[in-house]
Amino acid sequence: MTTLLSARDLTKVFGDVTALDSVTLDIDAGECVGLLGPNGAGKTTLLSLAQGLRRPTTGSVQIFGGDPLDAANRQRLGSTPQTTGLPEALRVGEVLEFVAAHYDEPSPRDQIIDEFGLEPLLRKQCGALSGGQQRRVAVALAFIGNPELVLLDEPTTGLDVDARRALWDAVRARHAAGCAVVVTSHHLEEIEQLAQRVVVIDQGAVRADGTLSSIVASVARRRVTLSGVPAQRIAELDPTAAVTEDGGTVEAVVADADSLVRSLVQAGEPFSQLTVRGATLEEAFLALTKEAV
Amino acid sequence: MSTAQLALTHARYNLIETARVPIAVIGSMVFPTLAFCLFVLPQSYVTQDPAMATASVASMVVFAFMASGLFSIGIDLAEQRAKPWVPFLRTLPAQPGARIGGMLLATLAIGTLAMVPLLIVGALFTAAAPAVTDLVAAMGLAILTAVPSMLIGFVIGTVSGPKAAIAVTQVAMFLLAFGGGLFLPPQMFADWLNTASSFLPVRQAREIVVNTALGEAIPPWAILGILAWTVLLGALAAWLYRRDEGRRFR
Repeated sequence: MTTLLSARDLTKVFGDVTALDSVTLDIDAGECVGLLGPNGAGKTTLLSLAQGLRRPTTGSVQIFGGDPLDAANRQRLGSTPQTTGLPEALRVGEVLEFVAAHYDEPSPRDQIIDEFGLEPLLRKQCGALSGGQQRRVAVALAFIGNPELVLLDEPTTGLDVDARRALWDAVRARHAAGCAVVVTSHHLEEIEQLAQRVVVIDQGAVRADGTLSSIVASVARRRVTLSGVPAQRIAELDPTAAVTEDGGTVEAVVADADSLVRSLVQAGEPFSQLTVRGATLEEAFLALTKEAV
Repeated sequence: MSTAQLALTHARYNLIETARVPIAVIGSMVFPTLAFCLFVLPQSYVTQDPAMATASVASMVVFAFMASGLFSIGIDLAEQRAKPWVPFLRTLPAQPGARIGGMLLATLAIGTLAMVPLLIVGALFTAAAPAVTDLVAAMGLAILTAVPSMLIGFVIGTVSGPKAAIAVTQVAMFLLAFGGGLFLPPQMFADWLNTASSFLPVRQAREIVVNTALGEAIPPWAILGILAWTVLLGALAAWLYRRDEGRRFR
């Protein structure tokens, strides 16, 4: 497996703030990795070091086996501006051509236009685009160079549900075609939708690194919802459960849902409308960062 | 695509952007001509003398290029660096030369346009009458010798935030224009000032352009000086571009 991005003891200090603290991380060809963490966790700093925008304080980061500060090593790298900041006076078509001019073997223009649905926008000036349209163009720019590795920093921030799904579909299609994708987000649904591997970053350090399901499983919390049994009774059956009651529906977040259900049945409790589901990434993530503190 | 081709591409889109906000171009085109009309034209002893008139038009041409380098590049770049598009451009696989060269070429193109109304006013309302070959050579050299001014603008824009850039640019412009002999002819300088002035790239540019327009020999110190400045400032600009980590807030 080819390693596309490799960080070794990567540390970046801004004044008296340690943004990244000895991060070691490999991203291999074809992976789809979610970088998850709260604001200020160091996600964007990690990406900016990999893009050659900043230099590490200590440690090293390599892309395609070389220094990201060397322009030649960025030929197969795709990035997107974090906040919408396209040149207002240029038309979308012009921006696509301008960015494509930097690459030796860019993606065919029509393919990019088609994948990201840019046809109706081509003649518009970037300043005239809506927030959602600007994001679509910004993410499309990351794929113009036909990259092997794409770093997407908060790609769908501020988008409505439809626009977000359309953009995810386009990114997923590129990933299916072999492009490795690193996506940062504190928007958890985004990571769940896109990533196969999740790296949790908090306070500049890697807190967890595993498959999407293993990150969720490592917290091993389940959410049990039922009616007909008082909350207090659930708490007696499983003292570790976090129980809430809302209009006759009781919700319990428990470590072992199977054992709770067994004891409910053995006690002959008259429960109804039982549902059990895995904790969302948000719940898993909250538990992980709490444990780290 | 080679760095030189990419620089042309950068220049092209830079000019397209500028042309869509025409008031910016009109400002840099009209300002030098207006300054000439207000400060030089009323002085008939200058405008009636062919050599003095030619020298004053040539000086104003140098001033036009210097001002567009400092203002268009310096202040504009400082503003752009605070926006997300510039960091994005830096993630693209391009050498610093592509972006620096692109800005230079675009600004030189606008400076060349700004030269036109100035030359027309000079031809119509003064006694300036340089030989055609001298005129063409002086125009070409005015463009080439403007490169250090553009690079100074680039350096200011890269090391200062938007508000600081305005202040630094104004001070730099005044010092360079006065020290370079563009406001007062160097013949009126004290000896020590004349010596100090000869180390300034703008003075060297003035010497090259004015002497060429007058059909006189160019002093070698001006040529050596401006070449040294171009190399030095070019290296400084590329180094600053590489180590730039965006705008910092503390």
